[in-house]
Amino acid sequence: MGNSVIVRRLGLLAVLALCVLLLSLVPFMPSYYVRVVDSILIYIILAVGLNLVVGYAGLLDLGFIAFYAVGAYAYALLASGQFDIHLPFIVVLFIGAAAGAIAGVLLGFPVLKLRGDYLAIVTLSFGEIIRIAINNADDITNGPQGIAGLDRANLFGLPLTSPVHFYWLLLVLTVLVCAGVYYMERSILGKAWRALREDQDVVRGLGINTTTLKLLAFALSAAIGGAGGVIFGSFQRFVSPESFTFQESLLVVLIIIIGGVGNIVGVIAGAVVLVVLPEVLHFAAQYRLLIYGVVLVTVIVLRPGGLVSPRFNLGFIIRKVRTLWLSPSKT
Amino acid sequence: MFDYFLQQLIFALAIGAIYGLIALGYTMVYGVMRLINFAHGEFFMLGPYVYTFIFSGLIGLGGLAPVLDSVIAIVASFVIVGLLGVAIERFAYRPLRAYGRLAPMLSALGMSIVLQSAVRVTVGPQPVHFPAIVPSAPIESLGGMVTTVQVGILAAAVLLMVGLTLFVNGTRLGIWIRAASESWTTSSLLGIRVNRAVSLVFFIGPGLGAMAGIMYASYYGIMQPTMGSVIGLKAFTAAILGGIGSIPGAMLGGFLLGAIEVFGTAFLPILSFGYIGTEYRDVFAFAVLILVLLFKPAGLLGETVSEETTVAKKDY
Repeated sequence: MGNSVIVRRLGLLAVLALCVLLLSLVPFMPSYYVRVVDSILIYIILAVGLNLVVGYAGLLDLGFIAFYAVGAYAYALLASGQFDIHLPFIVVLFIGAAAGAIAGVLLGFPVLKLRGDYLAIVTLSFGEIIRIAINNADDITNGPQGIAGLDRANLFGLPLTSPVHFYWLLLVLTVLVCAGVYYMERSILGKAWRALREDQDVVRGLGINTTTLKLLAFALSAAIGGAGGVIFGSFQRFVSPESFTFQESLLVVLIIIIGGVGNIVGVIAGAVVLVVLPEVLHFAAQYRLLIYGVVLVTVIVLRPGGLVSPRFNLGFIIRKVRTLWLSPSKT
Repeated sequence: MFDYFLQQLIFALAIGAIYGLIALGYTMVYGVMRLINFAHGEFFMLGPYVYTFIFSGLIGLGGLAPVLDSVIAIVASFVIVGLLGVAIERFAYRPLRAYGRLAPMLSALGMSIVLQSAVRVTVGPQPVHFPAIVPSAPIESLGGMVTTVQVGILAAAVLLMVGLTLFVNGTRLGIWIRAASESWTTSSLLGIRVNRAVSLVFFIGPGLGAMAGIMYASYYGIMQPTMGSVIGLKAFTAAILGGIGSIPGAMLGGFLLGAIEVFGTAFLPILSFGYIGTEYRDVFAFAVLILVLLFKPAGLLGETVSEETTVAKKDY
């Protein structure tokens, strides 16, 4: 064992320690920063979920935010004074995920015949239909005014009141979702999705049911979207149709593209960049959106494959760490 | 009742013609580049702003003949917005050709944000009055509920559509565009400069969008920086409805969407006994779109080939 291995191991330890340190420092930051980090985490969850459909299965979904809305309204209806139903947070979390998955299958079923841009426009229409329906179903959703005064979330007796509480919850969920999706990516299912992305005919020729594959991708990603919506609802304690516009769907797609399609590390990077950028640009006042747009186009033109190279993914990092630790001579 | 119907019909045709003109831009760009140009709605919005800028500039310089000022301003806004389209394609889309289809689409989205906020920063976010090009007066012979503006819009839009059809089908440049839509490789082997065809499409499409914008603004007498977003989305659905990539399909889709919206709004509350109100107008349009695509997955006039060949095998 040479000197260089020890140095590299120490370097690795330092990087890991820095990550842990940064993550554990978040709760001590001012509330505003914790909120920004919370919203980064929510967008990571959403983008990782959408990535299942866009990045792995290669189906462009422009109405993803509808599932997020379904989750958020599930919490708003089942844990508020609206109908005087007060279910516990964890129960609604599962209901929201299930409702999202059902909505995903409902959408997925009719559109399986479509590919490419036709699929994109139908998912877009679906997203708009859900939003307009929420906006107009005054008796149930209060229409454009939204539902306020949602219950404070409560996790097994632990009240979730401050952004810091949500930070821990979101951190755990983000890790769980990323780990789950990473596991799926490496499973036979993930391989089938990637084959579907490359060539449908070949997949079908291999005797794989493409319909089930697509439905599964839709349902899983919608379930993640629904769960994300429940957390959003409990965090804001207010929901209104305004939070679920077409622009929001596009933002989640943007996060995936800017970061790197089909790559969890890329998605995390994309979420950080696209959530932090508007916050940083606050100084620019009315020029904020203009600068945001210019930066966006510049980044895409300069790095069309995304900020993070496809080679630098979760699998690569894990492999690197493992080989460096167990058999350093191979590195 | 007949007057009401006629009024609704003319309204549907006028708004449908506007959708159709915008849809043409989407469909032509899609035809040659397989790109959903999300920035297209902003060209629609830029039309009336450029028109007002040129028109008031001409008036400020003393003005020529009253009609001539408008005509010059209209032509100038077609050319200026068209050139802007060419420039945007050159700098924001062309470098991304080798990188699949998601990257250019997202670049278009970024351009849309840039254009919209650039206008908002220069002239302010509030709606501005748009000066009428044709004086609005009711036409008595048509029951007195149809105005000159509606008829003018309809006539101008149909004129542009006929002109475009003749251009694409009958001229050498039109052949370039059609060839590039079929296959880039083959047409470049046959000596067609594909890049010029693309530039041409990015001149005509945004130009037509700008014309539609001027019509829309003169119909409602108002313009604002966000007007392109919703209309652009609807025109895109019109293009899909007709079969994206097909020029007659875009026109048909536009008129159809106009009819669905106007008659849906007028008769939906009556048909559903007042249960479903006019606020569901947009749901109605989208629902019709989904229904049509379920039975004709390539749109109404799109090529009816098998699912895999309709679009490239490897989509995104």
